Amino acid sequence: MTAARAAAILLAKELRLEFRTRELLTATIIFALVVVVLFSFAFDPTAAESRRYGPGLLWIAFLFAGSLMLHPSFAREQSNQTLDALRMAPVSPFAILLGKMLANFVFLFVAEVILVPVFAVLYNVSLVGIVGRLALVLALGTLGLVITGTVFSAISAHARMRELLLPLLLLPILAPLLIAAVEATASLFAEQPSLDRTWLAFLAGFDIVFLTASWLLCDFLLEE
Amino acid sequence: MKLRIAITALVAALMIFAGYAALFIAPDERTMHEIQRVFYVHLPLWAAMFSALTIAFVANIAWLATRNPKWDWLGVSAVEVAVACCTGGLITGVLWGRPAWGIWWTWDARLTTCFILWLLYISYLLLRGLIEDPQRRATLSAVFGIFAFLDAPLVYASNRLWRTQHPAPVIFGGPDSGLDPTMGKVMLVCVAAMMALMVVMLVDRYRLERLRHEVDELRLSAEARAADSNSVFTKGAV
Repeated sequence: MTAARAAAILLAKELRLEFRTRELLTATIIFALVVVVLFSFAFDPTAAESRRYGPGLLWIAFLFAGSLMLHPSFAREQSNQTLDALRMAPVSPFAILLGKMLANFVFLFVAEVILVPVFAVLYNVSLVGIVGRLALVLALGTLGLVITGTVFSAISAHARMRELLLPLLLLPILAPLLIAAVEATASLFAEQPSLDRTWLAFLAGFDIVFLTASWLLCDFLLEE
Repeated sequence: MKLRIAITALVAALMIFAGYAALFIAPDERTMHEIQRVFYVHLPLWAAMFSALTIAFVANIAWLATRNPKWDWLGVSAVEVAVACCTGGLITGVLWGRPAWGIWWTWDARLTTCFILWLLYISYLLLRGLIEDPQRRATLSAVFGIFAFLDAPLVYASNRLWRTQHPAPVIFGGPDSGLDPTMGKVMLVCVAAMMALMVVMLVDRYRLERLRHEVDELRLSAEARAADSNSVFTKGAV
């Protein structure tokens, strides 16, 4: 069985599990929504200010929601010791990790797709004409988030205070991704929307570097 | 023991000489005058930090490859020393920035990536404190250390790749860079002194880690022997 096929099967398992109860997805969406609304209480933005602060606010909301959502994906495995069963299956550790990354990506991307129109309404930002490019930026940024997040949730799964430790480990390393994603989104929200190639390339580079690093180190993450 | 005292004394003497050189031998700088002398502490701290981080990176890889505990001890020692050097570098940088630029801090590429590096390695030390099992602690912190090291080249290259508030490199920099020869010699002495200090701290911390490991081993074998003798006692009682 190739790694890709194994990852696809594991992705299907994760999706099936999650869509039975949809509890993680719902909680993620509502939490990101609460963060967005809370920011609007903190400052009352005009249209121009929304364009300046909006991208940062949006990505902070996704980052917080993402780092809280990543932990349960490994915690669920630990409670019933299904991680041991996965390890015994004839699949490579990278396939297991990849399946989890893809599942986390789907959940977070669905949450973002629901949240962005809500954000656009609350902050009076127009999404006309930029939807496709915005989706691309969201996808690349979320990919970086879930790649590093899944690896670090595997690391922190064995530590005490893991709910607090995961954001603590994750957010510093995601700072370059945050900067690039915010800059790319800001250039899309501007008066004349344009997609800055350099930031897009930076996001893609970040994803590739961290995916490669996780591929090289995956054996050690899932060992006994 | 005597060797360690001698080496420590030598390093102390080197540091005193470096301090003297930085204060009195180095020529006066054209625009910043006396404030510029912080440079002779600031740059050596960063040189020591990058060296320590490289040692930590190699130790992390070596642990994952060989599982020899010595690499784990070396890794944690190097990271602790690197965090200390990074803290010193950030503080001296802030103290230099205020009189030189008028601002305590700015979020340019060099300072931002550097601050992130500091946070990452503090998280590394936190992670180590929160995992109980020694084998797992060594493995997981080695993996995290390798990820964290991905930021270090970015810090080094940041003021070459982007225009930053932080000055462009004067050593190995572009065509406009370069140091006055006397300044260069004083800087060499200061870097050598700081590196020597870093190595001394690293070796001491490594010894501490090794001793902790030995104490744990002794405690385990003592407990095992106590358990054995207890079981003999109950057998005899029957």
